[in-house]
Amino acid sequence: MQELDIAGLGSVRVTRKSDNVVVLEKDLATEQMLLAMGPQHPSTHGVLKLECLTDGEVITEAEPYLGYLHRCFEKYCENIDYPAIVPYTDRMDYLSGMNSEFAYAIAVEKLLDVEIPRRVEFIRVIVAELNRIASHLVAIGTYGIDLGAFTPFLFCFRDREHILSLLEWASGARMLYNYIWIGGLSQDIPADFNKRVKEFVDYFKPQVVELYKLLTENEIFVKRTKGIGIMPADVAINYGWSGPMLRGSGVKWDIRRNDPYSVYPELDFIVPVPDGRFSDVGDCLSRHLVRALEIDESLKIIEQCIDKMPGSQGFNPKAAIPKRIRPKAGEVYGRAENPRGELGFYIQSDGKSTKPLRCKARSSCFVNLSAMKDLSKGQLLPDLVAIIGSIDIVLGEVDR
Amino acid sequence: MNLTALSHFSIPFLMGNSLNAWSEALVGFAPMGLPLGLVILAAIPLVFIAVYALTYGVYGERKISAFMQDRLGPMEVGKWGILQTLADILKLLQKEDIVTSSADKFLFVIGPGVLFVGSFLAYAVLPFSSAFIGANLNVGLFFAIGIVSIEVVGILAAGWGSNNKWSLYGSVRSVAQIVSYEIPAAIALLCGAMMAGTLDMQKINILQSGSWGFAHFFLFQSPIAWLPFLIYFIASLAEVNRAPFDIPEAESELVAGYFTEYSGMKFAFIFLAEYASMFMVSAIISIVFLGGWNSPLPNIGYFSLNDMTNGPVWGVFWIITKGFFFIFVQMWLRWTLPRLRVDQLMYLCWKVLTPFAFVSFVLTAIWEIYVR
Amino acid sequence: MVDGTVLSRSVQKSSAAYAVIHERFGDVVSSFDGNETMPFFEVLDTSLWQEIALFMRDDAKLQFNYMACLSGVDYPADDKLGIVCNLESLGILGYRIAVKVNCSRNGGAIPTVSCVWHTANWHEREAYDMFGITFTGHPDLRRILCPEDWVGFPLRKDYKVQETYHGIRVPY
Repeated sequence: MQELDIAGLGSVRVTRKSDNVVVLEKDLATEQMLLAMGPQHPSTHGVLKLECLTDGEVITEAEPYLGYLHRCFEKYCENIDYPAIVPYTDRMDYLSGMNSEFAYAIAVEKLLDVEIPRRVEFIRVIVAELNRIASHLVAIGTYGIDLGAFTPFLFCFRDREHILSLLEWASGARMLYNYIWIGGLSQDIPADFNKRVKEFVDYFKPQVVELYKLLTENEIFVKRTKGIGIMPADVAINYGWSGPMLRGSGVKWDIRRNDPYSVYPELDFIVPVPDGRFSDVGDCLSRHLVRALEIDESLKIIEQCIDKMPGSQGFNPKAAIPKRIRPKAGEVYGRAENPRGELGFYIQSDGKSTKPLRCKARSSCFVNLSAMKDLSKGQLLPDLVAIIGSIDIVLGEVDR
Repeated sequence: MNLTALSHFSIPFLMGNSLNAWSEALVGFAPMGLPLGLVILAAIPLVFIAVYALTYGVYGERKISAFMQDRLGPMEVGKWGILQTLADILKLLQKEDIVTSSADKFLFVIGPGVLFVGSFLAYAVLPFSSAFIGANLNVGLFFAIGIVSIEVVGILAAGWGSNNKWSLYGSVRSVAQIVSYEIPAAIALLCGAMMAGTLDMQKINILQSGSWGFAHFFLFQSPIAWLPFLIYFIASLAEVNRAPFDIPEAESELVAGYFTEYSGMKFAFIFLAEYASMFMVSAIISIVFLGGWNSPLPNIGYFSLNDMTNGPVWGVFWIITKGFFFIFVQMWLRWTLPRLRVDQLMYLCWKVLTPFAFVSFVLTAIWEIYVR
Repeated sequence: MVDGTVLSRSVQKSSAAYAVIHERFGDVVSSFDGNETMPFFEVLDTSLWQEIALFMRDDAKLQFNYMACLSGVDYPADDKLGIVCNLESLGILGYRIAVKVNCSRNGGAIPTVSCVWHTANWHEREAYDMFGITFTGHPDLRRILCPEDWVGFPLRKDYKVQETYHGIRVPY
C-alpha cells in the first residue's frame, strides 16, 4: 500500500499497518478537538461523515467523507440494457425518482431520434412536478427538525402523503416508480387522475400559506438562518452549483427555462430568485426561500398541464418505444432540473449494442456538497447543521 | 406539621382539620421508635411527583404534541393510551443498565442522582395547600431558587463522565445556560417577594387570599407585575432546558446531549427529574404571581364562590391546576418554536432579560414604597 | 462536420467558441466535431490542458465559467484513459462545449483543472478513484467513493473485483 503524502490544507497520510488495519493520519493542532459528525447522526441527512476540527464551538475545518452509500451505479449501467437502467436511476435520488428518470429519458432520447407523443410529455411534467413538491416538502420539514421545530415536519409529511398516494395510483409504487420509460411511460394514468390532482392542488394551496407562516416567517427560524453560510454568485458558479442553491445566490438559472426540454417552453411559471429583502442573498434562508416559493410554481405548472393535456382517446404510452433500444453511435450529455439541481447523464454509445459504453451520472448533490469544506470554515456547530440542511443532500445521489 | 390560622373558612375547615389531625397522627406514628410516620409524610410529595410525571407529564406531552401535529399519539395501551407511560416505565426498569467501559464510573453514576436530588429538594418548600407544606422555611423562596443550582453539578458529572464528545458539548452548554438564566429568574422572583414583603412561601400565598379572588393575585396588584412574570417564565424555560432553549439536549444536533449514553433506570431518573423541575417552576410562578393555592373565583354578591372553593383540600386542587396550565404552555412552546443558537441564547439572557429584570425591580420598588 | 447539413443554433455557437480557441492554440487542439448531441474537441497536447482551461475561463469572448461535468472514460481498444469535460458559459454568453483529454493507461497523468473550476476537485478525485488517472497538481488526490485501501480501479473495462476485503468475501 503506497503512502500518499499530499501537501495542502490538512495533510493526510494513508498507511497500512497490518493485514486488517489501515491508518488515516491527519495533523492536528493541539487545542483543537477532532469531532466526527459520524455516519450515524440525526442531521446529516443520510450516511455522511463530517470530520470537524473544532476550537470550542467554532469549526475550523469540516471535511466530508463520502462513499458509505456507493452502490456502483455506473458499473451496473455498462452491463445492463438501456431500459433496465431506469429503476437504478430512481434509487439514486430516492426522494425525487420521477425527476431522475426524466433526466435519464431525455438524455437517451437525444441519441434515439424518437418522437414523443404530446400526452406523454404532459404526464411526465405532471408527475415530475408532483415529485418536486414532495421532495421540497421533505427538505423543508427536515430543515425545520434540524433547527428544533418539530411540528412543520409533520405538517409537510401529512401533505406529502397525498402526493405519494397519487403517484402510487399512477405508477404502482410510492417511492421508486420505474414509470418514465425511454420513449414513453410504463402505463397510462388512471381515468380520474387529473380530477384528483386538481383537488389536491386546490387543497394544498392554503396549506402552503400556513406552512410559510409557521416556519419561514418565524422569528427564531429567520435568526438561525439569515446571514449563515453566504456563498457569492460567482463562487457558486465556479463550484458548479445549480438549482435552488444557485438561485439562492441570486443567479437566475433554471434548466427548465435556460436549456428547456419537454413541454416547459409552453408553460407559464416564474423562476423565484431572492433579492435580499427578506434574507441576505446567498445565505441559508435564501436557499430555503427558493424551495418554499418553488412549491407554488410547481402547483401552477400542474394546473396548466391538466388544462392543456390532450385526451386519452386511442392513446398508448408505449407506442413510440422501439422494440430494441439501440441508440446511434455517439455521445450525449443530457440534463434536467432535479429538485436539488442539475442532474446530468453523460452517455456514450457505440451504436451496435443495447448496453451503454459509459453512463456517468452527474449528480447535483455531489457537486453541491463539494463546497462544504470552504463554506463551513469559522462557523459554529449549530450553524454547520443549518448549512447542511440548506444544501439539502440526499446521500443516494451523492454516492450513487 | 403546620397549623395555619385561617379561621374564616367553615366547612372546608373541617376537612382541613381532619387533614391536620391525620398528619399530626402520622407524626406520632413511630412503631419501635422508628420515625416511620415522618418518612411516610415526607414521601407523599414524591409519590405525587411520580404519579404526575407518569400521567400528566409524559403522557400529556405525547398527547398534546400529537394533537398539535395532526396525529393521535399513544392509543394502543389502555383506553386512549393512558397506560402507555406505565408500560414505558416498566420497560425502562427491566432494561440493561449499560455503563460504557471508558466512562468515568463514579461521575457517570452520580450524575443522574445529583440531578434528581436537585430537582426534588425544591418540592420541600412548595406549599400544596394552607395545611400542607413540607418545610415552612421563612426563606422558602430563596431555598427554592438556590437548590436548583445543584442540578448543574449533576449535568456536568453526567456529561464528563460519559466520555463522549457530544455529551460534553451538551453539558457545557447546559451549565452555561442554567447559570446565566438564574440571574434574571432570581431578580424577577425578588420583585414578587418585594410585593409580599417576605420570602416565606406560605405567607406569600396567604397575602394573596381575599374575597375578590384573582384580583388579589400579585400579577394584578401592580401595573408592572406582568414584566417580572414574563421574565421569570422565559428564564424558567431556560432553567429546565425546555425548547426554545433546549440546545443542551438538541436532539438533532447532539442526539440527546448530556444523557446520550444513559439507558434504563438512569435515563428514567433524568427524564423524571426534567418533568419534576417543569412542575416545580410552574408551581413557583403560580405561587408568587398567581396566588398559589388560592381560588381565583371572586365572591359575586349572593354567590360566595370564593368561600366555596377555598380550603385546605381545594388548595391542592388549585395549585396543581395552575401548575398544569403552565406546563401546558411550556409544551405548546416546545412544539411550535425552533431552538435558539447558543450565542443567541446568551445574548437573550445578558442583553435583554437581565436589563429588563433590573428595570422591573426598580419600578416594583418605586410602586411598593410610594404607592402602597 | 458533414458538408451540406444545416447545423442547429447551439452547434453553431459551439463552433464559434471553438474557432476562438483554435485561433489561439492552433494545432494543440484537434478539429471540431460538430455533432448534434455533444459537440466537442480534443486536446492533443496534454501538458497544455491547464493553460487551455484558464484561457477558456478567462477570455472575454469565451467566459466558460461553469463546468457541468468531468467524466472519466476508458478506451480499452486504444489502451488509453481519458476525461470528458462539459463546459458552459452560464448566464453570460451561453456557449456549450465539451473537451476531451486522453492519457495512457499505465501511469497516465493529466494536469488538474481544480484550480480553474472548483467543480473539478471532486470530479477528478472520482476519476482517480474509478479509473486510476493521476491528476498532477491536485491538492488532495485520494479515493472518494471507495474505501481508502481498496485495490484496483473499478470502472476500467478489465477490472477484476478483489476476493476479500478485510476478511469479508467481496464477490457474491
